[in-house]
Amino acid sequence: MDLQILLLLGQDGLTNGAIYALLALALVLVFAVTRVIFIPQGEFVAYGALTLAALQAGKVPATIWLAVALGAVVFVIDAAIALRARAWRRLPGLAALTLGVPLAVAALIHGLDAATLALPLQILLALAVVAPLGPLIYRLAFQPLASAPVLVLLIVSVATHMTLMGLGLVFFGAEGFRTPAFSDGSLELGPATLQYQSLWIVGVSLVLIVALYLFFGRTLTGKALRATAMNRTGARLMGISTTLAGKLSFFVAALMGAFSGVLVSPVTTLYYDSGFLIGLKGFVGAIIGGLISYPVAALGAVLVGLLESFSSFYASSFKEVIVFTLIIPVLLWRSLTTRHVEEEE
Amino acid sequence: MSGMEQKNKPLLEVRDLAVAYGKVEALQGANLTLRQGELVTVIGPNGAGKTTLLSALMGLLPARGEVTLDGQPLSADVDVEARVGRGMILVPEKRELFAEMSVEDNLRLGAFSRRAEGRAARDDTLAEVYDLFPRLKERRGQEAGTLSGGERQMLAMGRALMAKPRVLMLDEPSLGLAPLIIREIFRIVAELKKTGVSILLVEQNARAALKVADYGYVLETGHVALEGPSADLAADERVAATYLGGKKG
Ligand SMILES: Nc1ncnc2c1ncn2[C@@H]1O[C@H](COP(=O)(O)OP(=O)(O)OP(=O)(O)O)[C@@H](O)[C@H]1O
Ligand SMILES: [Mg+2]
Repeated sequence: MDLQILLLLGQDGLTNGAIYALLALALVLVFAVTRVIFIPQGEFVAYGALTLAALQAGKVPATIWLAVALGAVVFVIDAAIALRARAWRRLPGLAALTLGVPLAVAALIHGLDAATLALPLQILLALAVVAPLGPLIYRLAFQPLASAPVLVLLIVSVATHMTLMGLGLVFFGAEGFRTPAFSDGSLELGPATLQYQSLWIVGVSLVLIVALYLFFGRTLTGKALRATAMNRTGARLMGISTTLAGKLSFFVAALMGAFSGVLVSPVTTLYYDSGFLIGLKGFVGAIIGGLISYPVAALGAVLVGLLESFSSFYASSFKEVIVFTLIIPVLLWRSLTTRHVEEEE
Repeated sequence: MSGMEQKNKPLLEVRDLAVAYGKVEALQGANLTLRQGELVTVIGPNGAGKTTLLSALMGLLPARGEVTLDGQPLSADVDVEARVGRGMILVPEKRELFAEMSVEDNLRLGAFSRRAEGRAARDDTLAEVYDLFPRLKERRGQEAGTLSGGERQMLAMGRALMAKPRVLMLDEPSLGLAPLIIREIFRIVAELKKTGVSILLVEQNARAALKVADYGYVLETGHVALEGPSADLAADERVAATYLGGKKG
């Protein structure tokens, strides 16, 4: 192998690794706060990319109707609960979040000619469509099971993944989409050729990771999420609602997922079901971090990206096998080095 | 800390409260009143139901009976977070600190229910808590999980005070602490009372609890066996024999 190929594979690996790192961080967050192993993460990747592609094609992405429909269902349920408790004051806020936000985004899509907007605005619009799905799905699928065992939550998580993937086929059809690069061309750096899009991916991922770090380290809301992950009872006693923490973590995860989709869709053609494999590779990274350590999960995800890239060169037909086989030594090592922690309650 | 309210008005009223764990009745027909600015203690042996009582009041456990705060019923659908929002705070028996966070982050999270008030108001409270517990200020950057037992209890109390509670419920604050630190904790409880907060103090250390309290209840196997002004309880022969080690307090 010469230097050029090495650099090319390295670049590829790091680019994918950056995406996997975003997904791995979101998975760790969701698991820490809600104990849900977030299998549908990949669907948010696909939804993000395909929603952007639809907007660029001048179509109304069907994902917005999903957001409107889920919002309406959540409104009906939570309004009934609020009325039964005579908590009228909760209604306006509830209506604004569950009905107002999706409808406002839908109105924007109808009012604006999305295809002619600048790319950053199109991206914002796509994120505004997909990210609210996170908390809505949490409300409907996971909030009623907040105290269920991890296994039950996992089963619901798989079911959610299947449902969203099926809906993806209905919404976007079986064809694949690719969106234009954020900026075309490449940068010659000695023997290396860096694609601008790769730089975008790595750069934006780093910015997002730093933003997350600041959110968790510096803001009261971020600390409250960490507190819920650390000690649920302690957090509740401080007035931090487990439900709110769950919705928030699903929002962050959906946002990161959709953003990852937007970032990769210029370099890979994405189909309604491509998110799953991408999400699974983020999951391998998260497992390397034991579903608890954010930095180890991110590094593990980058390792997955590199391993994938190099194995596609040496043994391309076994690339996925090699990547997912990584999980076996990792689990062995984890089970030997960590104390077994009993599941709470 | 919320001192200006009228004294002697019932703040928290508990009528016929009952809690069962499966078939085991841990609390039956408990009645209790906490007035504005008052310090009420609940004493009783291990397993009497003291923790159960506080957990039920906080909404952590389902209970039968009636609990009112300011005359407003706290029904089952008023959850823990909503009770915190109404000014009730529990310092639990197990402390429930955020072990991997710094002392200061633990304290700041104590003011989570006041996040609408803005940072300046919360910083003022933080300074007050540091005045009350200078030890916590020294250790502000240390992880809560590495604190000593006494420091942990101080942190749990400091964190609760960050919420500026109207009803402060303390579950055995002296549990597992050395005599010198116990004295310090009770001194602080007495100090807190002067700031006007209403305190419900659960204790096995009956002597110290009755000394700081205005009124006391004796809980035995799930019912209130005895109640009265704390001076009367301390003078009561039965209480003295069972809970004060037979000697005069
Ligand atoms: N989760 C539970 N399941 C079943 N029984 C319980 C549970 N929690 C407490 N109990 C029982 O309820 C009774 C009252 O317990 P509680 O913890 O309220 O006592 P306590 O007065 O706080 O005791 P201590 O002074 O030891 O803290 C005990 O008999 C206890 O065994
Ligand atoms: Mg107890």
